[in-house]
Amino acid sequence: MKTLEFLIQRLAKAAFVVLGVVILNFLLIQLAPGDPAAVLAGEAGAGDEQFIAQLRAQFGLDQPLYVQLLSYLQNILSGDLGYSYRNQVPVADLIMERLPATLLLTGSAFVFSLVLGIVLGVLAAYKRGSLGDSLIMTGALVFYATPLFWVALMAVLVFSIHLDWLPPFDMESIGAGYTGWARAADIAHHLVLPTVTLGLFFTAVYTRLTRASMLEVMNLDFVKTARAKGVPKGRIIRRHVLRNAILPVFTFASVQAGQLVGGAVLTETVFAWPGIGRLMFDALMQRDYPVLLGVFLVTAAVVVLVNLVADLLYRFVDPRIETAG
Amino acid sequence: MSFLRRYAQNIGALIGLAILVVVVLVAFAAPLLYPVSPWQGVGEPLLGPFEDPAYPLGTDLLGRDIAAGIAYGARVSLLIGIISTAVAVVIGVALGALAGFYGGRVDDMLMRFTEFFQTIPAFAMAVVLVAIFSPNITSITLAIAVVSWPPVARLVRGEFLSLRSREFVQAAVVVGQTGPRIMATQILPNAISPIIVTASLMVATAILTESSLSFLGLGDRNMMSWGFMIGAARTMLREAWWLSVFPGVAILVTVLAINLIGEGLNDAMNPHLRGRKG
Repeated sequence: MKTLEFLIQRLAKAAFVVLGVVILNFLLIQLAPGDPAAVLAGEAGAGDEQFIAQLRAQFGLDQPLYVQLLSYLQNILSGDLGYSYRNQVPVADLIMERLPATLLLTGSAFVFSLVLGIVLGVLAAYKRGSLGDSLIMTGALVFYATPLFWVALMAVLVFSIHLDWLPPFDMESIGAGYTGWARAADIAHHLVLPTVTLGLFFTAVYTRLTRASMLEVMNLDFVKTARAKGVPKGRIIRRHVLRNAILPVFTFASVQAGQLVGGAVLTETVFAWPGIGRLMFDALMQRDYPVLLGVFLVTAAVVVLVNLVADLLYRFVDPRIETAG
Repeated sequence: MSFLRRYAQNIGALIGLAILVVVVLVAFAAPLLYPVSPWQGVGEPLLGPFEDPAYPLGTDLLGRDIAAGIAYGARVSLLIGIISTAVAVVIGVALGALAGFYGGRVDDMLMRFTEFFQTIPAFAMAVVLVAIFSPNITSITLAIAVVSWPPVARLVRGEFLSLRSREFVQAAVVVGQTGPRIMATQILPNAISPIIVTASLMVATAILTESSLSFLGLGDRNMMSWGFMIGAARTMLREAWWLSVFPGVAILVTVLAINLIGEGLNDAMNPHLRGRKG
């Protein structure tokens, strides 16, 4: 299939999902407890019927649902995600301010878990049946069953409270006034615990997946041929098996982008990391529904974007992939 | 070799089963073991573990017994884990069966729908759903079900797609059986083993999701749950580590046991795949 056609098809699919999320979000706003007009009136300090009716007319809340949906779509397209009455700021501003921190955290956790997971999975497959294999797979089994937030708390308990090696809260030392490289080092220092705790669950997933995929490819005929030709084992693993086994891992990893965001909500809550996960938690505590739904919408959009990029990358990594898949 | 004997050969699966039996017994026996509500303070506040033999796992700031909380928490975790999985399996099987059996446009539409739900970040969606429908056991169970059915639908669709063209299904068509009847009595029984394996692993994921939700304060206010205990103990980590350590161990052990069972079922039901997965 032509690349352009492929590109258009994937873009259309992504647009379809985002549109669906926006509509879903709109319906959820309708279902959210509390009449927005009443909330507004409450904030303004007046609660009489006439004032509420006037507010309804002013914000179009008396219009039929589909008209409201259209104007909601219009707002979203122009970058307006609603208004946080609790914080007195537009939701979009709140989210944009917090998004970089979350991207930093999820990005580094993703790289950490993918690299470590593939290395451990290859080692386990290479030494299949050995003590090392058992240790790696037991570790993967345990971390696959451990709640993220609990790993985070235990990490704080051990590495921050008892050993005092790593900072338990925040993204940088408050009031230290670092700039340039010193600031980067400070943030990296704060990043270690959140990254590792968010990444360990996914490391377990990727380790298991890589090992299974490696073992599957190791049984194929071309590997037997390579072995029969006398190619050294290390080289077979690297050049023949790994290259073929790694693709399913990447596929799965890109599908998991959404899960990583969910994990970030928990990790950021524990570590007071100033990202949108923490924002979501604060919105929950304050019953700030516009912010809650705004965060949901933005995370869904980011996930769709990540999936789209991954899809396009595949075309370059493996030209055999057809668009039908 | 029979299914049971194959299962019994897997030591991990047996350990998992043993642990799960204990957890289920504790969940059932909780009101007998701890007649006083787990919300009620019973001992001195902040007793460390093993300080007082009456409260082996210690007490929290309000003197509530941690062991009692864990026993009652097992009820919530198992209940929500099992029911939400059951709901998700029903949704997934229904949609997957229709898509795989009828194919064509029905398949296209249903799979678009499934992909849509699979793309949305699951946990964030569960959080939003529970927050909006106010946290109670029904909304939590349904929210978890809503975010976990897509893999079942895809699996069932694949199975139905491949079984549909088999001879015994064609024979049923020739005999004049209706579509729904063929799906329910001919195809579904032949697709049941991968569904069971997937469902067992989903229970584990559902328990993790439930604990995460209640950790964030989105648990049922009337029911003690492991996630809630850890969430409430979070700020006291420095002073009272046991408040968050023990409920976490309970989650870990339960989820681990269910995963081991799921893998054991997988190996026992698909012996030819043995050793290839995980």
